[in-house]
Amino acid sequence: MSPNANYFACATFQSQLPELIASGGNISDDPHLRSCDVCRALLADLETIAAAARQLFPIVEPPDALWNQIELAIEHEEATSGNHSNAS
Amino acid sequence: MTYSDSSIQSASHASVEPSRESASATATASSNHLLPNGPAASEQAEILARAQAGDSHAFAQLYSMNKRRIYSLCLRMVGSVAEAEDLTQEAFLQFHRKIATFRGESALSTWLHRLAINVVLMHLRKKGLQLTSLDEAMDPAPDQRPGRSFGAPDLILSGAIDRLALRRAIDDLPAGYRLIFVLHDIEGYEHNEIATLLDCSIGNSKSQLHKARLKLREALRTYPKTEARR
Repeated sequence: MSPNANYFACATFQSQLPELIASGGNISDDPHLRSCDVCRALLADLETIAAAARQLFPIVEPPDALWNQIELAIEHEEATSGNHSNAS
Repeated sequence: MTYSDSSIQSASHASVEPSRESASATATASSNHLLPNGPAASEQAEILARAQAGDSHAFAQLYSMNKRRIYSLCLRMVGSVAEAEDLTQEAFLQFHRKIATFRGESALSTWLHRLAINVVLMHLRKKGLQLTSLDEAMDPAPDQRPGRSFGAPDLILSGAIDRLALRRAIDDLPAGYRLIFVLHDIEGYEHNEIATLLDCSIGNSKSQLHKARLKLREALRTYPKTEARR
């Protein structure tokens, strides 16, 4: 395949990739992918990134002071709405 | 190679491991409408009922049971500790205001998770992210868009990814890309759910996610160079 033809085949395949991935279908059967190292590498990289990202973010503890702020804000809101109720 | 939910497509609601305490995991607790990892269901129901009746101690218990999950969610979505603290506070204030309206149609944790996401989205809108017109507004400027991959294969990423580099690359994503990437690949939302949340088309959600992943790939491939410039 000439470089130009290959370029356009890759462009076409990659433009369809978001839909192909989201469909959950078997992309490895795609004729272009079987013959194209560039697009196979791209897909492998995207798979690696997605898998790594899922493992990346731990569940973390907020600072203790945050609850004090929330508690104060709740008290303030309740006092304000209480004042409004009394006024009306 | 099948890119199903368990590989690249997403950490779908069905495939996310419960320990991650994501939307997916919490959704599986919907049968008892309460939290997947906390006190026994009957005790949780009692705490919720007391909080709904205005018991501040019970609300504090609900905060304690949910704070890590909500704070972590906010942190993932905005990438800033200070903003995450503000957003967590706002989410729990709204939770307090609305708790009496919770009727148990879904898990409490799912309801709270959704509420927190909406708080973050409101915040991002105020900061200028135009989510109502995602097709244009979420697409970054041309110089921020990922390039296509038509050159020689680059198999740098076929091995283990540097976690620090990936974390930094996600933090550096343009806000629109980051939002969809976190919602889909990390929180486990499906494209149709993201489209509803963000008021965009499903196709747009798919396209933005793909661009986000391409952008991450680019960042990881050039990581040593960019790191040297920092």
